[in-house]
Amino acid sequence: MARASKPKPFEYAPAPESRAVVDLASSYGLFIDGEFVDGTGGALKSVNPATEEVLAEVAEASEADIDLAVKAARRAYTRVWSKMSGAERAKYLFRIARIVQERSRELAVLESLDNGKPIKESRDVDVPLVAAHFFYYAGWADKLEHAGFGPDPRPLGVAAQVIPWNFPLLMLAWKIAPALAAGNTVVLKPAETTPLTALLFAEICQQAELPPGVVNIVTGAGPTGAALVAHPGVDKVAFTGSTEVGKAISRAVAGTDKRLTLELGGKAANIVFDDAPVDQTVEGIVAGIFFNQGHVCCAGSRLLVQESVAEELVSRLKRRLGTLRLGDPLDKNTDIGAINSLEQLERIRHLAGVGDDEGAERWTADCDLPAKGYWFAPTVFTGVSQAHRIAREEIFGPVLSVLTFRTPSEAIEKANNTAYGLSAGIWTEKGSRILRMAGAMRAGVVWANTFNRFDPTSPFGGYKESGYGREGGRHGLAAYLDVH
Amino acid sequence: MARIEVRKTYKLYVGGAFPRSESGRSYEVADTKGRFLANAALASRKDARDAVVAARKAQPGWAGATAYNRGQVLYRVAEVMEGRRAQFAEDVQRAEGLTTRRAEGAVDAAIDRWVWYAGWSDKLAQVLGGTNPVAGPYFNFSIPEPTGVVAAIAPQDSSLLGLVSVLAPAVVSGNTCVLLAAEERPLPAITLSEVLATSDVPGGVVNILTGRVAEVAPWLASHMDVNALDLAGVDDTALRRELEIAAADNVKRVRRAGHVDWSADPGLERVRCFLETKTVWHPIGV
Repeated sequence: MARASKPKPFEYAPAPESRAVVDLASSYGLFIDGEFVDGTGGALKSVNPATEEVLAEVAEASEADIDLAVKAARRAYTRVWSKMSGAERAKYLFRIARIVQERSRELAVLESLDNGKPIKESRDVDVPLVAAHFFYYAGWADKLEHAGFGPDPRPLGVAAQVIPWNFPLLMLAWKIAPALAAGNTVVLKPAETTPLTALLFAEICQQAELPPGVVNIVTGAGPTGAALVAHPGVDKVAFTGSTEVGKAISRAVAGTDKRLTLELGGKAANIVFDDAPVDQTVEGIVAGIFFNQGHVCCAGSRLLVQESVAEELVSRLKRRLGTLRLGDPLDKNTDIGAINSLEQLERIRHLAGVGDDEGAERWTADCDLPAKGYWFAPTVFTGVSQAHRIAREEIFGPVLSVLTFRTPSEAIEKANNTAYGLSAGIWTEKGSRILRMAGAMRAGVVWANTFNRFDPTSPFGGYKESGYGREGGRHGLAAYLDVH
Repeated sequence: MARIEVRKTYKLYVGGAFPRSESGRSYEVADTKGRFLANAALASRKDARDAVVAARKAQPGWAGATAYNRGQVLYRVAEVMEGRRAQFAEDVQRAEGLTTRRAEGAVDAAIDRWVWYAGWSDKLAQVLGGTNPVAGPYFNFSIPEPTGVVAAIAPQDSSLLGLVSVLAPAVVSGNTCVLLAAEERPLPAITLSEVLATSDVPGGVVNILTGRVAEVAPWLASHMDVNALDLAGVDDTALRRELEIAAADNVKRVRRAGHVDWSADPGLERVRCFLETKTVWHPIGV
């Protein structure tokens, strides 16, 4: 569509963050037993989704590589990590937290390059939370007997951890920090499309002089993850990703003694009552679904608006979306970055097409999409019914489905009418209504008059098909201790 | 001439009522020496599904009752059991072939277990939840909530104490339960259901089936309206694997079987298995 002639109310000069801070090699091996080693499998290319430029080649770990990594983790567990006092383990985790802070700009730029998320998010949200997470769990390492799991809680052993591409480094921190604090060693597989910050993290482990084998990073795609999960030397499996893969992993560990925690998909209701402060609510809706291009499992992807205010709210929302700046993820003014991969872009396009076909009304923000790279403009569907696929399936993109309700009971009914149960949002000025609604939501995280807030002290995880187990807080330790 | 004993018909306990199996089937229950004790109802797939419907219907009301109320109801179960201590001891003795003294010991422990869990109802939120000091102007707290409907396969060895040790921690927090009694030792469970029916436990909160594990458990494991599965009484490893695979279809929370000393202090582990943690954020401001 030709939009070039239309004047913009505000023009910003480009403000790109320099990528000189990142020193990328052309290819990367696997991080096993404290060293980077060549894999025996094939190779994958990691692409900058904003430019389609190949950033680096990474090894695709074979079953033999996985075996080496698991054995290294076992050795490190038996000989070193399980014998070390909690106080000493803590010091390593504090070291890691500090090095993450010291190298924060480098990590943020690399994360934006590899993932496509805006630098203001990787710089101000992802990386600070990563450091905070290591700092928080470092403090638990020598206090486990106070965590409420008995007088002498024991670690599980070797943890196999498989993480997604939407918050590559943050998901790594959510997995590795509590596992190590509790005394486990890990083999972690980053997502196929976003392996680079995990490999930089491996370097941080070397700088911190973490004993070899305590953290092992194996890159690869689905088969690598499946081999890791299925390895008989693994005591614990932790997965964040789609509900479909989570179910497959659950079946794969059935009949074994492997412990499992799953953090899966979501289709959160963001419920707006007629007394909600409109401007704040609009900001909250934007944060709820357009943060990180909507690549967020707890995204507020179903907006439930009280009928009497729906028209005004949606029109104000559209006006606000018109001011969002989509483009170069490394530009400090960018609000909406690139879709992480072509595959994900196709999925978003497909489901949005289904929304059209099923009769919902599509509105798209008026913004130019760069010629190269993977992009999807902020999109709102109105006239959505509960039966529509765009109200039921996780789109995992910048697409909001708007439904309406009349009474609080109807809002509760509609909000809970999903197989998922990860998060929910409530917007109202009335305190008693917030507490009733929060109590009625079948969801693990409820944001009232805010959305998409995260903190290492705050347990995160789902009800129903959004998974089980919690990450964050005291609760997050349970996943890595020998307790049920 | 000796009086002829009035025998009892052992039926299922579903939704607060005592139906026979809809299948019209029963199976012989014998004592440990092989002597006939009774014909127990042989529950079918339909009975299992009816029980899940009853459990689901009762769940919001039970979870919505105050913790104080749930605690009193569980304590009431202990009170009523105490009054029927002799009957339970006889049931357990026949089922498990124990000496009188050991059977009485098991009954006493089962009664005491209800008392122990009764006291937990209004303490769980404080012990398992709390406020979280997030780095920002937000009030943030976490609370435990029941996961929903729990299907439990009761332990095969310990017909009463084991069963109570599985049932009480599931329901104390507000879950409702469908319980499949020990296959060869189901009679104490049915006697317990008579206690539950007269102890202010709302109908549907506990539903007890008798029958074959291999027949009934797969229907419970694959039922899409069951939230969690306790495999305490599944001794067969191939069946255990099959049930876990079926449970994955709707991401059920699964408590695996394992060797458990039912007389030991149970701790909070089984309560925690069937709880969700909900975390709520709200901004702080003026």
